[in-house]
Amino acid sequence: MIIDGSESSLKKFLAELSPVDQVGAEARAVMLATRSIKTTSKAWAIDTAISMVDLTTLEGADSPGKVKALCAKAVRPDPTDLTVPSVGAICVYNDMVKIARSELDAIGGKDIPVAAVATAFPSGRASIAVKKIDTQDALDAGANEIDMVIDRGAFLSGKLGEVFEEIKTIKEICGNKAHLKVILETGELVTYDNVRKASYLAMLAGADFIKTSTGKVAPAATAPVVMVMLEAVRDYFALTGSRIGVKPAGGIRTTKDAIRQLVLVNETAGSEWLKPSLFRIGASALLNDLLMQRMKLRTGHYAGANYVTVD
Amino acid sequence: MSNFEYASAPESKAIANIATSYGLFIGGKFVDPRKGKSFETINPATEEVLSKIGYADKLDVDLAVKSARSAFTKVWSKTPAKERGKYLYRIARILQERAREFAVVETLDNGKPIRESRDTDIPLAAAHFFYHAGWADKLEYAGFGNKPKPVGVVGQIIPWNFPLLMLAWKIAPALAAGNTVVLKPAETTPLTALLFAQVCQQAGLPEGVVNIITGDGITGAALVNHPDINKVAFTGSTEVGKAIARSISATNKSATLELGGKAANLVFEDAAIDEAVEGIVNGIFFNQGHVCCAGSRLLVQENVADEILEKLKARMSLIRVGDPMDKNTDLGAINSKEQLKRIHEITKSGDAEGANRWSPECKLPSKGFWYPPTIFTGVSQSHRIAREEIFGPVLSVLTFRTPAEGIEKANNTMYGLSAGIWSDKGAKILWAAKQLKAGVIWSNTFNKFDPASPFGGYKESGWGREGGRHGLSGYLKSDMKASK
Repeated sequence: MIIDGSESSLKKFLAELSPVDQVGAEARAVMLATRSIKTTSKAWAIDTAISMVDLTTLEGADSPGKVKALCAKAVRPDPTDLTVPSVGAICVYNDMVKIARSELDAIGGKDIPVAAVATAFPSGRASIAVKKIDTQDALDAGANEIDMVIDRGAFLSGKLGEVFEEIKTIKEICGNKAHLKVILETGELVTYDNVRKASYLAMLAGADFIKTSTGKVAPAATAPVVMVMLEAVRDYFALTGSRIGVKPAGGIRTTKDAIRQLVLVNETAGSEWLKPSLFRIGASALLNDLLMQRMKLRTGHYAGANYVTVD
Repeated sequence: MSNFEYASAPESKAIANIATSYGLFIGGKFVDPRKGKSFETINPATEEVLSKIGYADKLDVDLAVKSARSAFTKVWSKTPAKERGKYLYRIARILQERAREFAVVETLDNGKPIRESRDTDIPLAAAHFFYHAGWADKLEYAGFGNKPKPVGVVGQIIPWNFPLLMLAWKIAPALAAGNTVVLKPAETTPLTALLFAQVCQQAGLPEGVVNIITGDGITGAALVNHPDINKVAFTGSTEVGKAIARSISATNKSATLELGGKAANLVFEDAAIDEAVEGIVNGIFFNQGHVCCAGSRLLVQENVADEILEKLKARMSLIRVGDPMDKNTDLGAINSKEQLKRIHEITKSGDAEGANRWSPECKLPSKGFWYPPTIFTGVSQSHRIAREEIFGPVLSVLTFRTPAEGIEKANNTMYGLSAGIWSDKGAKILWAAKQLKAGVIWSNTFNKFDPASPFGGYKESGWGREGGRHGLSGYLKSDMKASK
């Protein structure tokens, strides 16, 4: 055990982490954004990115019809080209989990997991009792993954033990029924030092994935933030031998953005992480841009927006 | 494909319009050398001949100096300062407009990765002209007296590691201050200087203000020893710098010398480790380590040495070595056969003296001049690889136990050009910076250059500064000095 479970041992461990130099981290991320990904590697990157998309709808206006349409898109992103891989997962609010799960099962998407945003998403401002029920509710509805939010208020006021216990509690409820993704909401943590600390805190508490953002707060998945999280999973693997996944979410809209994310993974955590079980991209608009770029590579010209489906 | 292999992404050579031969640029025109001698410049990544270059002997040097003198007396010294500034702005803009062409030619002739010539060399060269253009009509307010005067005709000799950028460091302040110049680029990298000659024509710069002569060390010596130059500005090896200092010792010529270095990159236990590792890599592997201020000695506090080395090795394994024209290449070709020989010779002494060599697995191209990114651990202060400038992608790693020991080892060198400090503690950085005997000190970064910031060394690293107000002073005669 790295820590003995007490708040003091947790705080000591996090305090001893190496600091992040803001200027240096940002400069490295800028440099990696200059990588030029062309031809065969671009084709590989586009398909890999598609298979990593957590196709998401998290709106108050979500309806069964909307979610079913999304499921169809998840299974066959491009109906005219069946070589396009399915996406990594569908990500919805709790009450849509059942609909999504049964729809996916019905249309050949049994292997596509359904992720539910539980624990009073997006703010996390609810009692632990409510968060527990929220999680259990999602599991009962058939969720395969739980995207929980951390209590940023507790984190920022130094109550690290509280944040830790909350993640641990949700993890226990998930058991081996569902993967736990822990949303740090890095836009509210602000500093890279906080991002690094929160990443370790979540991993120590049992996260299977650490996720940047809810998508409801800006800035979201900026390149240096994702890089700092990738460094954390890389170093956590060296320390413990277990690989934790990373999910940037929010603000990744174009193929170029997505490929830059893959470059970050490749040159930070390493190519081991370049698979949907260890890297996901939370997005909605991104998928259509990936599909259009894929068509461009195959046919040599850009298709109009109506050649990809709107869902 | 299980791994994310980056397919080759070469920059197009089509934009580089390299002529089959070049003459000397004297009096605003390209002229053949009087004796018609020439030499070849090659692409060090492929050993292909790029062009035939005119060889300037003593007679040609004399012509170039005469042309510079005549332009100084008749034209440039009478040109109003704000007009001088306009020419410099014009040159800066043309450099920006032709940036891609310059980057491609620089990479072909030098062997450096296109990413570096595109993102560092050429933008910085343009920035130097912009910066000094601004000074041209403000010299009386620069603190050198009411009417500082140009020194006259300046002989400038530049190295092969940053060909266009070193040209900019030399020509921009000289012209801003009202001097005329004769510049000799390095024998192995003359092309961007000759391209710059075309820029001078394009900008309508008066004939003879900039003269560019190509050749070898003998050409350089003829320039230094020419009786009618007022100043020598040299960037290159300490050995040649000393020879220049000797040869001008009984003359009225002044000199600016930017020479060698063996910079210490000091990593303290409280440093941000990941960024320090980035900084170490940037410090020594930027431009194949062909950098006079390269962080070639890593001094790391012993209690974090293992962690740093482990991360450094992992990071070095990601360095992409190969075709400099590929946009994803991080480490390009060694500039010349001679330089490669020198790197081999000195690194072999590292093996012989008991240091431990490590390089990541990397396939080097069969043609051209290549050296893998290399670190030596277990290096002690008395090893040659800890004392002599290697000027290649080779890092010597030493350790220290206390901050005071770190400083002592860092300063224990005949050079003093640059140093790096890595710590998250502001007070420690300021303390260390005060103790280090080096002209440029970076903290939590390395190899950052800016035209406004003076650059130069202590001890055998040289005389004078380049860049900023300090650099300008080397090209001016202060009337305050004269009145004393």
